[in-house]
Amino acid sequence: MYDEMSGSGDGTRPPYARIAEWIEHTGLDQLRQRSAEAEAIFRRIGITFAVYGEGGDPERLIPFDLIPRVFSAVEWARLERGIRQRARVLNAFLYDVYHRGEILKAGIVPANLVYQNAAFVPAMIGVEPPGRVYSHIVGIDIVRTGEESFQVLEDNCRTPSGVSYMLENREIMMRMFPGLFAGGAVQPVDDYPDDLRRTLQEVAPPACKGDPTIVVLTPGIYNSAYYEHSFLADLMGVDLVEAGDLFVDEGRVWMRTTRGPQIVDVIYRRIDDDYLDPLAFRPDSMLGVPGIFEVYRAGGVTLCSAPGAGVADDKAVYTYVPEMIRFYLGETPILENVPTWRCAQPDDCAHVLSHIDEVVVKEVHGSGGYGMLIGPKASEKERVAYAERIRKHPAEFIAQPTLQLSTVPSLGPKGIGKRHVDLRPYCLVGKQMRLVPGGLTRVALREGSLVVNSSQGGGVKDTWVLSS
Amino acid sequence: MRMLLSRTAGNLFWLGRYVERAGSTARLIEMGHRMAMLPGAYSTEEWNSVAAASGCLHLFDDEAKINDAAIIRTLILDRENPSSIRSCLEAARTNGRAVRTSLTMEMWEALNDGWRKLELMDAAQVQRELPGVLDWVKQRSSMLRGTVDSGMLRNDSYDFLRLGAHIERADMMLRLLDVKYFVLLPETDVIGGGRDHHQWTSVLHATSAIRAFHHIYRGDYSPGKIAEFLLLSPAFPRSVLYSYDLILTHLDRLANSYGDRHDCHETAARTTEELRRLGINEIFRTGLHEFVQDMIRTTRKLTAEIFRAYHL
Repeated sequence: MYDEMSGSGDGTRPPYARIAEWIEHTGLDQLRQRSAEAEAIFRRIGITFAVYGEGGDPERLIPFDLIPRVFSAVEWARLERGIRQRARVLNAFLYDVYHRGEILKAGIVPANLVYQNAAFVPAMIGVEPPGRVYSHIVGIDIVRTGEESFQVLEDNCRTPSGVSYMLENREIMMRMFPGLFAGGAVQPVDDYPDDLRRTLQEVAPPACKGDPTIVVLTPGIYNSAYYEHSFLADLMGVDLVEAGDLFVDEGRVWMRTTRGPQIVDVIYRRIDDDYLDPLAFRPDSMLGVPGIFEVYRAGGVTLCSAPGAGVADDKAVYTYVPEMIRFYLGETPILENVPTWRCAQPDDCAHVLSHIDEVVVKEVHGSGGYGMLIGPKASEKERVAYAERIRKHPAEFIAQPTLQLSTVPSLGPKGIGKRHVDLRPYCLVGKQMRLVPGGLTRVALREGSLVVNSSQGGGVKDTWVLSS
Repeated sequence: MRMLLSRTAGNLFWLGRYVERAGSTARLIEMGHRMAMLPGAYSTEEWNSVAAASGCLHLFDDEAKINDAAIIRTLILDRENPSSIRSCLEAARTNGRAVRTSLTMEMWEALNDGWRKLELMDAAQVQRELPGVLDWVKQRSSMLRGTVDSGMLRNDSYDFLRLGAHIERADMMLRLLDVKYFVLLPETDVIGGGRDHHQWTSVLHATSAIRAFHHIYRGDYSPGKIAEFLLLSPAFPRSVLYSYDLILTHLDRLANSYGDRHDCHETAARTTEELRRLGINEIFRTGLHEFVQDMIRTTRKLTAEIFRAYHL
C-alpha cells in the first residue's frame, strides 16, 4: 500500500515535509479543536449538501479533513498534461460520434455502445456546438497506486460537482493556518471562477452579438449541490436561474426580470439532459424550458455541457479512451486507465464471475458510488445476488481489480491514520483549455474503506500543488 | 445596469416580509404575556387580540380558551401555520437560500444562524423560556435589518427586500388597530366607561412603542393620542405613516432607476399624502374602525399592484 506522505518506507517524502512538521508542531489535541472550528465555519456559511426525505438534518456537511494532500510541481506537471490530453480527446470523440462517426467506422469503439447508449442524443447529430466543445467542464477522477502510477478511474463530462469544496477548503485552510502558506509555497486555485466565466464567454452562440449574458441553471434549493450552484454564480457575477425563470420566444431564450424579458446567451446548466426541455426529452416532465433545445440547435443559445455529452463518460466507453487518444491525437496516453473487464465480452465476463470476490464491479451507467460491488468486502450472499445480475445483463457491467488507492494521513477518532484518497481535477474547455493546479481530494474517512463518495461516508481535503 | 430576476425580487420581498412578521408576532406575544400577568381578567381577551391581530384566530378551536400554551403552539411552533414564527423564519431562510447570490455573507449568516432552534424545542420548553425565546426572535429580525443596513448594495434588490418589510409592518400595525380599535374609541362612545390605561398601553406594548410614546406625549395616555401616534406619527418607525413613507421612497427609487411608473406608485403616493394630511380628529369623526379597514384594503391592493408592475 502506498502512502503519499511516507511513500513505501518510514520517512517523509519531500512534498510533505511542511505538513509533517506542522502536524508534529500542532499536536493532536490542537488539530481536533481546529477541526471542530472548521466544521462550525462551514455550517455557519451554509456550505452543505442537501439530503431531503431521509429524516435527520436535511442539510449536511461534507466532513472536512484538515490535513492537506500534496503534489509536487513535477508530479502535477505530468498529471496536468494527462488531464488536458484526456479532456481534449473526450471532446473530439463527442464531435465525432455526433458527426461522421469515424472511430465507429474504424471498428475501434463498437457502434452499438454509442448508438444504443441511453446518454446518446440522436437529435444532436449534425449539430455544431460553438468551438466544437461538448463538455466544457471535464472532471477526471484519478487514483494513485504508487510513486509513479496514476490511473484514471472515470471521466465526468456532464456536470461534475465538487469544485466549490476545492475553493472553500483552500479558503478555510488559508484563514485558519496562514503560516502554512507562507512564502507562496502552494499554487493558488482561486482563479477558477474567472476561468469558468471566460470559458463560458468563449462559447457564446452565433446569435449573440457583444458581451454574452451568462447564467447558471439550477434545479433549485432542494438539489444536493444547490450551494455549489449559487456559489459559482456568485463568484462569476452571473444570475442563478431556475427553469421557471426562462422561456423561449422568437428563437432566443429569455429570462423574466423585474424590467421585463432579457436575452440569455450561455447557460451553464446543472440539470440533466432529461430535464432540459419537455418538448425534446421527457414529455412527462414538468421541469425544463419548453423549446430550449430547438433554440440551441439553431445557434440561439449555448448549453454547457451540450446535450448528449454523457455518452463520453459512460463506464463502458471509458475503457476505450486510451484507444481514442491514439486514434484522434496520434499520441500515447499520458494517464493510464485502470485495467477494466468489459462484461459485454464473454471472456471478460467469465473472468469477472470467477473472480467476483477479488474485483470491483460497477454499473456502466451508475454514478456516485451507488450500485457497485466491492468483491473483497461484500458478503457471500451479496456476491451471489450480484453475479446473478451480471449474468442477466452482462453489458450493463464492467469490473476492475480492487485498487490499493494511495493513502494520506487523516484525522480519525483514534488519532492520525492513513486513509484512502482520490483526486478530481476540473479541466475547463472553451476556445482555450484552463486547469487550476489541484482539484478536489476525496477521502474515505472510515478506516480501510475505499469508497470516497460523500453519499457513502467520504470527506474532502485541501489539495496542494507546490510551487516549483 | 444588471437586470433583476423576477423570482429573485419576489423572494427578497417575501424574505423581508417574513422576517418582519416573525418580529412583530414576537412583540404581540410579549404584550399578551405581560397583560396575562396583570391583575384582572384580561388574559383570555388579550390572547384573543394577539391571535386576531396575527390573523390566526381561525386556527384556535375554542376562542374562549385561548391561553399562553395554545398561543405558543400555534403562533410560535406550528409548522402548519404559515404565519407562525417558526414558519416565518424557515420561509425567510428558504427564500434567502433561493437568492443566496443577492445576499451578503452577513445577511445569510443572520438568516442561517440557529435556524433549527425552534424545531428542536417543544412547547413546554418554549413556555418555560418564553421571554428569552421572544428576545431571540426579535434579535433575528434586528440582525437581518442591521446587516441589510450596513452591507447591502442600494440597488433594486434592496428596494424589493425593504418593500416587503414595510408593507408587512404597515399591515401588522393596521391589523392590531383593527382588533383593538374599540379600546381607542373616545371615552364618551363607551357605555359605562370601564377601561383603564392598562388596556390603552397594551396597544403600545404590542408594538414596542411605550417608551417612544412617553418621550413625545409624557404619559398623556388618551386614546386619541395613542391612535394618532400609531397611525400618523412621522417619527415613530412602526407608525403606518412612517411605513408608507418608506414604501413610497422605495417605489420612487425603483421608478427612477427603471425609468417607468405604474399604478402602485399612484396608490402609494396618494395614500401617503392622505396620511400626512389627515388629523386624528378627522379620522375619529369618520370612524376609526372604518378608516383602519379601508387602509387594510388599500395596502392589500398596493401589494397586488407591485406584484403586477414588476412581474413578481
